[in-house]
Amino acid sequence: MFDQLDALLLARIQFAFTVSFHFFFPAFSIGLASYLAVLEGLWLKTGKQVYLDLFKYWLKIFAIAFAMGVVSGIVMSYQFGTNWSVFSDVAGPVIGPLMAYEVLTAFFLEAGFLGVMLFGMNKVGKKLHFTATLMVAIGTFVSAFWILSVNSWMQTPVGHVMGDNGQFLPGDSWWDIVFNPSFPYRLVHTVMAAYLTTAFVVGGVGAWHLLKDKANPHARKMFSMAMWMAALVTPLQIFAGDMHGLNTLEHQPAKVMAMEGHFESHPDGAPLILFGIPDSESKTVRYAIEIPKLSSLILKHDLNASMDGLDTIPDDEEPPVGMVFWSFRIMVGIGFAMLGIGLWSLYARGRKRLYDAPWLHRAAILMAPSGFAAVLAGWITTEVGRQPYVIYGLLRTADAASPLDAPAVAASLLAFIIVYFTVFGIGVWYILRLMSKTPYAGEVGVKRGDTGPIRTAGITPGPTQNPGHDEPLPAEKEDV
Amino acid sequence: MDLTVIWAFIIAFAVFAYVVMDGFDLGIGILFPTIRVGQGRDRAMNSIAPVWDGNETWLVLGGGGLFAAFPLAYAVILPATYPLIIAMLLGLVFRGVAFEYRWRDPNHRAFWDAAFFGGSLVAAMAQGMTLGALLQGIEVVDRSYAGSWFDWLTPYTLLCGLGVVAGYALLGSTWLIWKLEAGAQKHARYLALRAAIATIVFMGAVSLHNIFLNAEYAERWLTAPEIYFAVPVPILTAIIALSMVQAIRKDRNSKPFWLSIALFFFGMAGLGVTMWPYVVPPGVTIWDAAAPEKSQVFMLVGVALTMPLIIGYTAWAYWVFRGKVADEGYH
Repeated sequence: MFDQLDALLLARIQFAFTVSFHFFFPAFSIGLASYLAVLEGLWLKTGKQVYLDLFKYWLKIFAIAFAMGVVSGIVMSYQFGTNWSVFSDVAGPVIGPLMAYEVLTAFFLEAGFLGVMLFGMNKVGKKLHFTATLMVAIGTFVSAFWILSVNSWMQTPVGHVMGDNGQFLPGDSWWDIVFNPSFPYRLVHTVMAAYLTTAFVVGGVGAWHLLKDKANPHARKMFSMAMWMAALVTPLQIFAGDMHGLNTLEHQPAKVMAMEGHFESHPDGAPLILFGIPDSESKTVRYAIEIPKLSSLILKHDLNASMDGLDTIPDDEEPPVGMVFWSFRIMVGIGFAMLGIGLWSLYARGRKRLYDAPWLHRAAILMAPSGFAAVLAGWITTEVGRQPYVIYGLLRTADAASPLDAPAVAASLLAFIIVYFTVFGIGVWYILRLMSKTPYAGEVGVKRGDTGPIRTAGITPGPTQNPGHDEPLPAEKEDV
Repeated sequence: MDLTVIWAFIIAFAVFAYVVMDGFDLGIGILFPTIRVGQGRDRAMNSIAPVWDGNETWLVLGGGGLFAAFPLAYAVILPATYPLIIAMLLGLVFRGVAFEYRWRDPNHRAFWDAAFFGGSLVAAMAQGMTLGALLQGIEVVDRSYAGSWFDWLTPYTLLCGLGVVAGYALLGSTWLIWKLEAGAQKHARYLALRAAIATIVFMGAVSLHNIFLNAEYAERWLTAPEIYFAVPVPILTAIIALSMVQAIRKDRNSKPFWLSIALFFFGMAGLGVTMWPYVVPPGVTIWDAAAPEKSQVFMLVGVALTMPLIIGYTAWAYWVFRGKVADEGYH
């Protein structure tokens, strides 16, 4: 029995670890693929070199991030079977087809056009190349569509019937399964989160180079574009998050109780607990700083609306409160910090000081990785908040695992931790190194060794085209 | 026709597409240490850089398709071969990132080349051993894997693993014959000849093992109607093998590659006959493991709509990067 418990916990840690690591890459590449499509589109439309330069600058970074996303994603597609075989067996008939659709409509699209996007600029012509970039961008979105549909169905399962053998079977309509109640909210919230994550990375890189040289046209362009995203999309994202929260209140009330830290029911208006230390033992939030009745106002749009607390939920159906409580606050806190940057940038832009605002630039650099933290915190909120169920209300996580012994899971977990931290740590280091290079006129795209005419093509942009920069010639600069 | 049978063929097609396509780029990884540092390795890498990601997607389709169409098989095979699957995934991590990293960090290129080799070798070996573990049979009780920890580790699974390594090396070297020229091509011919002989020896050994050491498989092959299929297969395989060796030796470019694909096709067809109608020998048939009809139909619509497109744009991507690598770089 104890062994089983251990193996279960290890399997949960392994899934949390591999999926968290994996999601960093799509969170970045969903937004970056769209950004690249926008840059290439603007280049085709305006003919301005700066867009092509930025496209090639970010393409190199995209290539690394995408490779890491692919290999960590393949791991995910097998984690269900290796560690959650009972879940795979019983849920396979419902979610398996959705994942098959993800492969058929998204993964092949991305992978099929990626080669042309990375290496085919001179082979297929501008328009066809732009098409390839668009296909990759669309592929990343379609991939998010299907996998979030799967995740949402596990959170708010509908449209299925139970088979005699214990399997979840598709009911009358696939539409009900795919567009389950939490899916539209989760899709919008997650995709906007990916866009914001990318925007803040791009903004941070732009700010870094603006601090070094506020006249750099490439840094100006990317910083300006990123700050428009921050100013326009963050408010939308906060609104979407609020809607998502209301949806969760309707379908997974226990999760919201944990997010709010409501151990007790409040028949006439629940307070909004800003901070405090949830104590699941004594079922209270210690040192709580709270605003009376505000939670009822936010969640029910009525100061005196009654709100149930975790005291209405049996103990063995409660999620771990502390983790959900804290991760939710981290996510929301970062969201408002992003909004602050967005507003600050509008103010600076209004005063025509956007490129001459060192403190804004420093703040933007500080916020560059904030999207990743917010995304991770958000996923922890929603995934821990639906515990102890893997299919909400219907299949407990504890009943879903593979019949594996603890040492096997422990060994694989250890291997994943070592390999991921070294391999992806090095990859992130390479990305940071690329980001620290100043973008310059006549950027070279993704580099492939010394075959063919790569060198000759790279020699054209001489130092005269890069006035004021002590950048070496691209041909020498690039890793050959 | 029975939907379950259609799905068995779709999964078999995905696995075959994966084995052939990722097979040649894994094979190049396996052969990497024998290729000269510098231009030789760069060109070998360049010949697969634009397509490896698409190739590996077939593995996700194989896994995802199995999950969707035969969830019970997915839920049994993966725990049964757990260490092999984890080893394969980690191998694929190392070799996958090596495609980008080796260009980004010339000071550590030797390390990433070694990772490319090691990752490819481990992935190929693990895939072959998984196949062997499946063929030798997996114990299933109550819809769940019931064997022990090391069932997957036997002389037979090791034999299958080595067979797949040799086969991938054959695909990789014949691909290089096609894509390279001059001295590099000559080296590829040298490798291909040895890989071809090794592949044929391993295929023969695995076949003989299946027929003579497993009564059930033997019965399947040596009685009618399978025997009508059984007799021509070795003959056809021998003809293909001989003409492949000829093509490798003669000054042919693409022919050795196509013939090695044909060799794989007959090998897989033979395995199909051996396993039929089981998806997890010895007890779980494709019908036992199949998803309900609604799931099968829903996915079949998707496959019918997308597969022609996928094959179309995949072929286009290969076409864009056609020709010898040395003739033109990727920029």
